[in-house]
Amino acid sequence: MRNLFLSVVLLLSSGITSAESLLIANASLIERGSSSDVTHDILISDGVISRIAEDLTETPADNVIDAAGRPVTSAFFAGITALGLTEIGMVSDTVDSQLMDLYTGLIHPEFDVRDAFNPHSSAIPVTRIEGFGYTLLAASPGDRPLSGHGSLVRLDGGYNSFEGVPVMYANVDGAAGDKLGGSRAASWMLLNAIFAELTTPDKDLKLITPQGKSALLAAKKNGIFIFRAHRASDIVRVLAFASEYNLQAVISGGQEAWIVRQPLARAKVPVIINALDNLPQSFDALGARLDNAALLHEAGVTVLFTSGETHNARKLRQVVGNAVAHGLPHKTALAAMTSLPASLFGGIERSLQSGSRADLVIWSGDPLDVTSAADSVIIGGALDTMQSRQTKLLQRYLPEEPNKGRAYINP
Amino acid sequence: MLSAFRILASLALFIAPIALADVFPSTYATPSANPLLFQNATILTGDGERLDNASLYVSNGRIEWIGAGTVTPDATVVDAAGKWITPGLIDVHSHLGVYPSPGVAAHSDGNEATAPVTAEVWAEHSIWPQDPGFTRALAGGVTTMQILPGSANLFGGRGVTLKNVPSISYQAMKFPNAPHGLKMACGENPKRVYGNRNQAPSTRMGNVAAYRNAWIKAQRYVDDWDRYERAIAEAAAKKDDSSTSMASALLTTTPPKRDLELETLAGALRGEILVHMHCYRADEMLTILDMAQEFGYRVGTFHHGVEAYKIADQLAAEGVCGALWADWWGFKIEAYDGIQENIALVDRPNGGCAIVHSDSSEGIQRLNQEAAKAMLRGNRAGLSIQPERAIRWITSNAAKSLGIDDQTGSLKPGLMADLVLWNQDPFSVYAKALQVYIDGSLSYEQGNPDLNPQSDFELGQLMGVTP
Repeated sequence: MRNLFLSVVLLLSSGITSAESLLIANASLIERGSSSDVTHDILISDGVISRIAEDLTETPADNVIDAAGRPVTSAFFAGITALGLTEIGMVSDTVDSQLMDLYTGLIHPEFDVRDAFNPHSSAIPVTRIEGFGYTLLAASPGDRPLSGHGSLVRLDGGYNSFEGVPVMYANVDGAAGDKLGGSRAASWMLLNAIFAELTTPDKDLKLITPQGKSALLAAKKNGIFIFRAHRASDIVRVLAFASEYNLQAVISGGQEAWIVRQPLARAKVPVIINALDNLPQSFDALGARLDNAALLHEAGVTVLFTSGETHNARKLRQVVGNAVAHGLPHKTALAAMTSLPASLFGGIERSLQSGSRADLVIWSGDPLDVTSAADSVIIGGALDTMQSRQTKLLQRYLPEEPNKGRAYINP
Repeated sequence: MLSAFRILASLALFIAPIALADVFPSTYATPSANPLLFQNATILTGDGERLDNASLYVSNGRIEWIGAGTVTPDATVVDAAGKWITPGLIDVHSHLGVYPSPGVAAHSDGNEATAPVTAEVWAEHSIWPQDPGFTRALAGGVTTMQILPGSANLFGGRGVTLKNVPSISYQAMKFPNAPHGLKMACGENPKRVYGNRNQAPSTRMGNVAAYRNAWIKAQRYVDDWDRYERAIAEAAAKKDDSSTSMASALLTTTPPKRDLELETLAGALRGEILVHMHCYRADEMLTILDMAQEFGYRVGTFHHGVEAYKIADQLAAEGVCGALWADWWGFKIEAYDGIQENIALVDRPNGGCAIVHSDSSEGIQRLNQEAAKAMLRGNRAGLSIQPERAIRWITSNAAKSLGIDDQTGSLKPGLMADLVLWNQDPFSVYAKALQVYIDGSLSYEQGNPDLNPQSDFELGQLMGVTP
């Protein structure tokens, strides 16, 4: 169990300056669906939103930022990523999100990617300054039907900024089956055998370790099982499995989820999609289409988003903007980027009301459009410096005629 | 009856690589279409101008005029009030057809990764015209694209420029008279692919040595053919009994042996084939420019150029384009220094030629959004980039990179009427191509099932499933 991690918050000085109280004046609260001509003031103290009202300017605050009518939202969810689990995609000793070719030959649901989390990864500030406050750490598909588990993590630079319940990853798509004896039925064969071992005495376990059994039981008790599946028939199979073993299931990928949106809605199983998927990239995805999110939402299915990117996780704003361009209501999309993933995966509440954690973003315009960016990011009530390795590279190369060479420009 | 001279002369033409007959010729036929009059549109011409509330007239597949002019009575009138018109978008870096959807192993035809120098292969011979990606790109306003081989090899082979028209054959898509591209690659990919097999190149210096060896062979090949052609030409120019001396010259002078690899490289040295160089790091791009000087060829465009912003002035001074992503970085160490201002900074100097490219079946559908992101970052860095400037990155600059800017990529009288009618300012996530015209012919219309082409592959899939 990770309760230890939930209770320990180590904020690093890097990138985030703390302030006792902060007033964001004249914010447009689009997340609430408020009309843009009514603005609100947001008072933050001790890292928490303490009051939201139309006029708090009389209230003393250590710092005041005038949002001047710009949208303010909770900091965004970056999707399922390997942020902090990888520095460079093709440098394998910096990539820690995936279990492959392990010598034991066993299935290891206890593989916990949080043990590899590095808050100093350059990709974290790169992502945070684009308005992203938290992500769901991936145990990426390897060569096993269960690839391990992770949880939510805040992008605040803390070593132990984990939140929420254990999230276990199961892979039941065609690609997973291909690595498991050549059939996706083998995924189900193994998953059934693994779950049968949950009632097996530890000394008789064949496929998992006692630690793996504990991890699975914990995830089964209060965690989430994310099943990677695209094909409609695979999704239906997931629903049956989740019901049989009484699991809180979520579909990730779900390119054909719209085909089975009624059963998904009945089973109350959410779907995490990349809203840009509209090509039959595999035979699992012949039904991929741009209005997947809109169709699922209309049928009453909870939709969340991921981009499949880690370094460019910031692209998720554009991904979701495209879902809105293809029929998903703007307000629904904003909830899917702010409060919804936190509540689904058991994280700290993230919504614009008093008592909520003050992870907020002031946007230059519509946060789901490619025409806007995050102007200010506030994490735990503190203003971010809005610096990353990339902003420093820009500062080094923006001057047109450096005097002494760019290596001497050290922003 | 043909004289010996004529037979031999035509034989000589047939053998000479410069005068090679047009092989695998384009069979693209300009479709016939009514003249078109667009009215009340906001027009981005593609070469830097913005016109508000303007008209544009198309006839015989060509732009006839912008602003005002005569209209024939049979013209179709399109009221574009509140809408925007841009040139058809151009992607200089696509693998549609060679890495198609579905991405099954048997469709993986983009890298002839069996030798580091495969200048002899042509991407067009790998293209599967039924790739559904072509139709998706069309819905995103893409009317022209270059299909390139991948980057496993130092010399990956020839790229081909296509018009985005649904076809049975790539020949029917082939952009008439567009030059071929030569795909080359710097850096990690070639040295990884071959180094892992314990063969050259396994280092960056190995990469450069292998390029230079290939260019040396190509120079000799050019010299051999030049010498041969000069001998034939001199014989033909002899005043006395030219047909006899020509015949004897043809019989006594052996033509060099044709070599497909060297034909491509020779084409690049002669400037007939445009060089498209996959290169990430600034220092490597500068090495390549020195090498181009050594062998007397031009690098047309650096592709990916994640560090191009570090050498934007040099690129502009050399007239080399940078075909770049808006925000990709970090997936390998040569992409570690990527910044979102790259495109805007390459665009900044006088003569800068910035291009937004996709290298992606997803990105090609949203070149407008990619350009919007790059424009935003430039503006937030203090550069003042208006839509009429940014549109060049996905239209006229791309056309220049492909050597077709005298045919498409801007809305100028006489150019192909490749254009997109947008529901709004195209630089937004909410912008949609309402209509896409190729050579004045309506090829795609949003929401109109009769104008939404579908590949053979997608026909009849998921029978019985309806939204």
